[in-house]
Amino acid sequence: MSGSKAQIVGVGESKYARWGKIGDVTEHALACQAIQRAVEDAGLSMDDVDGLASFAEDRNEAVFIGAELGIPRLRFGNMVWMPGGGGGCAAVANAAMAVEAGQAEVVVVYRSLCQGQFFRFGSPGMDTSGAAEPEAPTVKQADSLMIASIGFVMPYGMLMAAAAYALPTRRHMHLYGTTGDQLGMLAVTFREHASRNPRAVMGGRPMTLDDYRASPMIADPHRLFDCCLESDGACAVVVTTPERARDLAKQPVEILASEQGAPKGYGFGTFSNANVPDELYATGANEEMANRLWGKAGIGPNDVDVAQLYDHFTGCVLMQLEDYGFCKRGEGGPFIESGALSWHGGSLPTNTHGGSLSEAYIHGLNHVVEGVRSLRGESTSPVENAEVCLVTSAACVPSSAVLLGRK
Amino acid sequence: MSERFFPDSMPPPMADATTLPWWKEAAKHRLVVQRCTSCQHTCLPPSPVCSECRSTESDWQEVSGRGEVYTFTRVHRPVAGNQELPFVIAVIALKGSGGVRMMSNVVGVKPEDVEIGMAVEVIWEDMSEELAVPRFRPVG
Repeated sequence: MSGSKAQIVGVGESKYARWGKIGDVTEHALACQAIQRAVEDAGLSMDDVDGLASFAEDRNEAVFIGAELGIPRLRFGNMVWMPGGGGGCAAVANAAMAVEAGQAEVVVVYRSLCQGQFFRFGSPGMDTSGAAEPEAPTVKQADSLMIASIGFVMPYGMLMAAAAYALPTRRHMHLYGTTGDQLGMLAVTFREHASRNPRAVMGGRPMTLDDYRASPMIADPHRLFDCCLESDGACAVVVTTPERARDLAKQPVEILASEQGAPKGYGFGTFSNANVPDELYATGANEEMANRLWGKAGIGPNDVDVAQLYDHFTGCVLMQLEDYGFCKRGEGGPFIESGALSWHGGSLPTNTHGGSLSEAYIHGLNHVVEGVRSLRGESTSPVENAEVCLVTSAACVPSSAVLLGRK
Repeated sequence: MSERFFPDSMPPPMADATTLPWWKEAAKHRLVVQRCTSCQHTCLPPSPVCSECRSTESDWQEVSGRGEVYTFTRVHRPVAGNQELPFVIAVIALKGSGGVRMMSNVVGVKPEDVEIGMAVEVIWEDMSEELAVPRFRPVG
């Protein structure tokens, strides 16, 4: 291990369940549970924790978590901005920067989602004016920058992520001949991985390509099984210094490099921005960031043994494969068709936990958890002697990524 | 009032002081893009600062309302009551706009016949006396 790089020393999670199935404990309590389990996994005590990091307008604020978990001296707390899934790896990067800079010694990165307990964007009843008689349609006041951004396209019915990310995927199909079956093969592969993972929400639901083809169309080319799950659950990872990592319970995993990125003119990406530059439109918009990441780590895509790629939608994974240089632009479909993503004999075993498509949708922090497990040899779909793992947070929105390593 | 394509219960635009003027032009059936008065860069959605020269001065340039489908999706889940499904959300590349695209719907055609590159023109849907929403239909 090189001298100064921060290490991930603990991972943990709550039970994962389908959307709305966890109602007896709060989202906040679930966050606490995941944090406690990750700290325990590291062989640390809550008394050792002095920092908390999160992302994307987390409802579960660090000050309350710190109080409830009895953190004796919380001296670092921060959060990466929106969007939802784009900041998971950046939150890990913030934790790493904090321990490397001496701002804290043990920082826990966490995510908890019980969306059934809260208002859901785009859900029925969203525009409840409360008036007995419906009002005449008119322009409404946006109460945030985010709502002003989406509010510009809402009158066209653009409310669903499944529709938003269908737009670049449809264009990718047009430009490169990508097919629905190629997207389906990706979904089937991740489901196979989930079937081996007892934590996976869809673990007991095997899926064939025919099942995929028969699943209902949501926003074409997205069928139901192109879309990630909506889940209740929480997970956490513990980051500390190499000195502190040396004598803990588990083999530490080094954070080799991290990067965050939003291309010029990108904004929130294709959801609300019809003017994403043409050269970026049918991509995950991660290529420039990926090149920075490879440069910083001094390695390239051929050095990656296993990948945990943010999978909100199948097409967004396909475009990431091209962005990160695992195949050429436009060749993501054939790359998937080659069986590359399978844990068993694939050239790039990907989402060995089942991903957001089949394990759980915890805004991709569960991909960091799986990244750590895959390098520790603890994955339920293990990749033998894996030394380098790429973890990404989102695509087609501002994103982040980390490279994890084991010596 | 115009021909109707979507029910009243479609989500309304949500605007702030930067984007509200665009909807005021739309109410007059004027399809406009924002143009920087310093470097002539055009854009949508409206922005308080020009992304190219960082000027804060801009005006509105009316466009013809012709364009072509850049990409699209057929949405099979309703966002409003009593809505015809599927409906088409599309990105339209606006002719004569300096390369600006906008989100909209393609109407007046079977959803399965929509394709990338299809030539379209604006058709205004008056949702109320105050709100007009630009949709697009195939030319000719």
